[in-house]
Amino acid sequence: MSQQPATAAIDIRETSKIYGKDRASGVVALDDVSLVIEDNEFFTLLGPSGCGKTTLLRLIAGFEQPTHGEIVLFGEHLEGLPPYKRPVNTVFQHYALFPHMTVAENISFGLEMLDKPATEISSVVKEVLGLVQMDHLADRKTDQLSGGQQQRVALARALAPKPKVLLLDEPLSALDFKLRKEMQVELKRLQNETGITFIFVTHDQEEALTMSDRVAVMRDGLILQVGNPSEIYDRPARRFVADFIGDINILKGSIVSRDGSLATVQLEAGHQGEAGLPMNAGSLGQEVSVAIRPEQLSFVADAAKANLSGTIEHISYFGSGFDYAILMPSGEKVMLQIQNRGGENLAYQLGDQVHIAISDNSMQILTD
Amino acid sequence: MANTSTTTTRKLGKAIDLKYQPGFSQIAWFCIAVLYAPIAVLVFFSFNENRSVTVWTQFSLDWYVKAWNNEGIQHAALISLEVALVAMIVSTIMATMAALVTTRTEAYRGLNSAIAVINQPLMVPEIVTAVATLIFFAIIKQVTGVSGIGYLIAAHTAFCIPFAYMPIRARLEDMNLSLEQAAADLYAPPFKVFRRVTLPLMMPGILAGAMLAFIVSLDDVIITLFVAGPGETTLPLYILGQIRRGVTPEINAVSTVFVGISVILVTFIFLFGKNKK
Repeated sequence: MSQQPATAAIDIRETSKIYGKDRASGVVALDDVSLVIEDNEFFTLLGPSGCGKTTLLRLIAGFEQPTHGEIVLFGEHLEGLPPYKRPVNTVFQHYALFPHMTVAENISFGLEMLDKPATEISSVVKEVLGLVQMDHLADRKTDQLSGGQQQRVALARALAPKPKVLLLDEPLSALDFKLRKEMQVELKRLQNETGITFIFVTHDQEEALTMSDRVAVMRDGLILQVGNPSEIYDRPARRFVADFIGDINILKGSIVSRDGSLATVQLEAGHQGEAGLPMNAGSLGQEVSVAIRPEQLSFVADAAKANLSGTIEHISYFGSGFDYAILMPSGEKVMLQIQNRGGENLAYQLGDQVHIAISDNSMQILTD
Repeated sequence: MANTSTTTTRKLGKAIDLKYQPGFSQIAWFCIAVLYAPIAVLVFFSFNENRSVTVWTQFSLDWYVKAWNNEGIQHAALISLEVALVAMIVSTIMATMAALVTTRTEAYRGLNSAIAVINQPLMVPEIVTAVATLIFFAIIKQVTGVSGIGYLIAAHTAFCIPFAYMPIRARLEDMNLSLEQAAADLYAPPFKVFRRVTLPLMMPGILAGAMLAFIVSLDDVIITLFVAGPGETTLPLYILGQIRRGVTPEINAVSTVFVGISVILVTFIFLFGKNKK
């Protein structure tokens, strides 16, 4: 509700990182990226390995220097500052806890380096140990801890000096499924409680959607799309973004008319309807790819209400629901996903001719 | 039922476990015997009462007392200790610096050559190094007129460096760089990263390197034989000289003490390394 403009925690301006001599012969890890991350945001950099997300994180931490561009942290230019002079802390992928120190010594390390008085150090250590629920293990050596506990210590160690920005480099990737779920909730809670800006790097789309305020999807050193999880999931602008995040149907169509961010498309498979249109994309009559999420499709009995029809070619069961692969007369296949509601599902069998309805506002035109 | 399943697992274990391969324990015992039998015989006859090192008569500690009171042995032992200690300290410091600069820097041109140059002395036949050192030092002596035990210590330091270097470098390569990055990330300037993180973590490697250097220096014969001047007889050189006049159990006694010191040293370093962890 605040009227003041939010302060940018991190302002990345036209930043590139090239390994090697030049663009032509070297490797472009980060390609002229600009990005503003707001204060108190849980921001996620999402992409496959080699997309540049970790490079961007290392540039902010100061482990690498940008080839071009600049990074500004709360108004302060970071250029040339070594890691130990930057008010940011990192949670490393494999935690990087100091094996020759106890949990408490690990956590107090950063505070000691900042020359904090001993009384303050011990009270902060106690505070962050409580924050990550590890008070009882303060005197353990780090190699006597489980993976989840090490994770918590790594978090506590990075939070203790109260950094302006916390960088998290795929910190959950080494944990098993259940623990990862637990830590996702935990991380979100910590971000809320501390009010510190989190920049989280992951290749796991589900992790990104669950925790983030905003997500940047990256590929080949470029940021393809930035938005909140729902924008990224429901309104992907690029084919790669749509494909990378969750299952999706991509159908051929052409633009019949357009109005701002909406267009009417004629699908090759039959249906005409409204679809979201990315900025500056699509001219009348142009062949386009239209994305529809499998859960936005449903079976209808009445052919008049149907948008698409076809034959069930494959059914797969995954516990909480079913995926149906449906072959349409156009030769295209769509995936339809419905919740497991017992008997209802038995109505649709392999080889059945079915009619499908598309939910309103669920189609999105993609650019390549 | 439970019984059957345990037997199956055990059988499976046996099939894979090397200990259960036919002939394994026979070969193992043979190797251990070949390694230690000569030393056992040497130690055994050091307690012999008569002058023979092959015919046992009665237990006695006479030869230890004789060796202890032998001024030649005393002097040689002190020289050995002095040379080995100084060579160990200097070569370990140099090896530590070399190991840091070959593992804790960004890859640079000539890095592999640098590593090769440091390790190369291990490949050169010792007799060649000995002759080369002898001639080189002779020239220096002629030009400067300076003589003394410094030459022997310098020679030992030089050939100890690759021995000290190996375990230190191995340790550093095992250590994940992200630990030092984490320290830098937590506001530690480079020197404090070194003192608080790198150095304590590489300590087991440094200790192993120092120990290796000490032992290699202590029992070196060939280079010492060429470089040592008058009055610089080390213990191995003394033993070599005595053996030419016939072996007495006195040599066995000295050698036994030598073995004892090595065992104590290794045990100490092992326990220290374990405690640190």
